[in-house]
Amino acid sequence: MEPTEAELISAVLKGDAASFEPLVTKYQGRVFATARRYARRESEVEDIVQEVFIKAYQKLPSFRGDAPFEHWLMRMAVRTCYDFLRSHHRNRETAFTELTEPETDWLDRFVAEPESASEDADAARLLIEKVLSALSPPARLVITLLEIEERSVKEIAELTGWPVPVVKVRAFRARAEMRKILSRMAKEKYL
Amino acid sequence: MNENELRAKLIAAAKSNPPGDHAPYAFEKRVMNAIATRPVPDVWDLWAGPMWRAALSCVAVTVLCGVWSFAAHRQAPSDDNFSQDFEAMVFAPPGQQNGDAW
Repeated sequence: MEPTEAELISAVLKGDAASFEPLVTKYQGRVFATARRYARRESEVEDIVQEVFIKAYQKLPSFRGDAPFEHWLMRMAVRTCYDFLRSHHRNRETAFTELTEPETDWLDRFVAEPESASEDADAARLLIEKVLSALSPPARLVITLLEIEERSVKEIAELTGWPVPVVKVRAFRARAEMRKILSRMAKEKYL
Repeated sequence: MNENELRAKLIAAAKSNPPGDHAPYAFEKRVMNAIATRPVPDVWDLWAGPMWRAALSCVAVTVLCGVWSFAAHRQAPSDDNFSQDFEAMVFAPPGQQNGDAW
């Protein structure tokens, strides 16, 4: 019979580091999926995931078991991703004149007939990736959690450690920032 | 261009393409190896580092205060009757104005 999660955590806390490995195996998929939302290169994603598990191992004594281990780990994952965004964010102005041909085609199709531009297209996915990478770190985090993952404000507050009013203010600013970027993109492309 | 509609389309594009959750082969081994080889943070080191910085800051502030005090003392006019003035102020009669004592 395989040991339960609580037994594995207890064993790690008693000094049996090897008991941490099944926890990594079990949750690495979820942490990888989270990290891939914020980092593009696979080497960066792997570094983020590794950092999450090392932090989890080192901070395991602070895990009280009130909430499931998965929630505790995902909080750590989101905060590590946010740290990554902050350390890698250069105030670079994304030049939307440098869009690839498929992206330009998709935009042209959208302008001509919005319904014909499918959201399943790879070009749309690449375009949203460009827009997200032009956002500031808090804006990107909030847009991802609130609009793409459709989490509630309360959930975001728990994941990020920000108070609820701060999440609301940052969500408002993030939407404004995104509108500004889309408006710039439209101006650069069509004016 | 309707920017709100574009925003909704792009968000929908991101939703319909969730990132994959696959992990590289034996990634858990890499994590366990990193845990084993990473030095355990020494609590004493974590405490001593900021303490040294704080101590140096305190020494710097002390030296600055000393220099300032020394310079201020040298610039102040020497008062030979300080002890008499001090006594006059301390033992001044109750109704006397402070200004008179000095």
